[in-house]
Amino acid sequence: MAGEKAEELPEGGMILVAGSSKNYNTGDWRSKRPECDAEKCTNCLICWVYCPDNSIIVKDGKRVGFKLTHCKGCGICANQCPVKAIKMVEEGA
Amino acid sequence: MEKIAMNGDQVIALSWKQIDPDVVAAYPITPQTIIVEAFSEYVADGLVNTEYVCAESEHSAMSLCIGASAAGARTATATASAGLAFMWEVLYVASGMRLPIVMAVANRALSGPINIHCDHSDAMGARDSGWIQLFAENVQEAYDNSIMAFRVAEHMDIRLPIMTCLDGFITTHSLERFEPLPDEVVKKFVGEFKWKHPLLDYKNPVTMGPFDWTDYYFEHKYQQVDAMRHVTPVLNQVQEEFARISGRKYEIIEPYRMDDADYAVIAMGSTAGTLKEIVDELRAEGKKVGSIKLRLFRPFPNVEMAKLLQGLKGVAVLDRAVSIGSTGPLFPEVRSALYDSKDRPRLVNYVYGLGGRDIKPEELKQVYKQLIYKEGETLNFLGVRA
Repeated sequence: MAGEKAEELPEGGMILVAGSSKNYNTGDWRSKRPECDAEKCTNCLICWVYCPDNSIIVKDGKRVGFKLTHCKGCGICANQCPVKAIKMVEEGA
Repeated sequence: MEKIAMNGDQVIALSWKQIDPDVVAAYPITPQTIIVEAFSEYVADGLVNTEYVCAESEHSAMSLCIGASAAGARTATATASAGLAFMWEVLYVASGMRLPIVMAVANRALSGPINIHCDHSDAMGARDSGWIQLFAENVQEAYDNSIMAFRVAEHMDIRLPIMTCLDGFITTHSLERFEPLPDEVVKKFVGEFKWKHPLLDYKNPVTMGPFDWTDYYFEHKYQQVDAMRHVTPVLNQVQEEFARISGRKYEIIEPYRMDDADYAVIAMGSTAGTLKEIVDELRAEGKKVGSIKLRLFRPFPNVEMAKLLQGLKGVAVLDRAVSIGSTGPLFPEVRSALYDSKDRPRLVNYVYGLGGRDIKPEELKQVYKQLIYKEGETLNFLGVRA
């Protein structure tokens, strides 16, 4: 990613390939990360519905983790969780 | 071809008719209105294939042009004064996305107080927007610039939008004899519009205008700076080629009787024409004076300007706009261009003609006299009751 010189980049901020957003680790922006208490989680997947960054990993209909490469730590999942299973914890704490 | 009488707005519309852009999106505003009126008649009469969009505002007009240009269309528009100010935000989007939109600007004062007449405050305000800015002295030059502009903006080393400026009313509404070029000559000169990554190329999808974070924005701005560096050589070449098809040879800066001159006055737009008359009169009296017409304001031709001015005794810069709290906007450009020169002339600024105030021959003669007799301040106001 970042490191190319101006003359190596397509002009005007143009992006020449589709689906390139997955190469951009928006997780780098995060100051708080979500953590889930598996005891409380009912796998209702409301967090998966609300996550704006497609960062709730679901396998066989169950929430199995967070994709921290792209989770920006916005906290919407924690806010929406009906059983308060998700909480936001300070990164590096 | 035979010379005919048309006004400055009509010849802009005529040049577009001959070029037949894919899209024109515009909103009428005095003194640009005749351009879009005349062009919409060409559209209604089926004389062009252009998709003409009458937008609900200038902000929308420029946004439409941006969309059309990004889609891969050759795009033109026109505006003036408050219309240009209303485009402000999206002017930077057009240049930032490197879209070669051609826009005629009928230079008019900005409100307030509200005024519809000529000065350059609209274009000068947009000088940092990343657009190329060309100024025309008269109707013929407005027509010629409009044709050359497409070649410069669309050049693959440049691909930046361009404003072709002409003085509101003085040039836009005055009938002048001018010589149009034959349609086929214009078409051949301008050539076909080429685009590398049009949005309408579904097989090769691209993203245009994405959010640009701290890690890329600076590089993309630098690309614009770099593209601007190509404008002067490309415009020089386009002017050469244009001379071959028209017999009219333009320069980015045009000196008039400067060969042995000691004193010079610089102006953009129609006043540059009046200056030539004054120079002839003063030369007849034996005064060693000349004048300089600046056609290209962005990019500013520093080297060429310095070359012309160094060694002179006195130079006056005429500004048809004022940066209130500073000087006219052209003055510091010229001053800065001269900073590294060995033999710098005395340099003074005259702000004139705001809101369409006539500039009289006697006043211009007064400027030369003040230069010769070393009178006047660094910043002067010409023709104001103060």
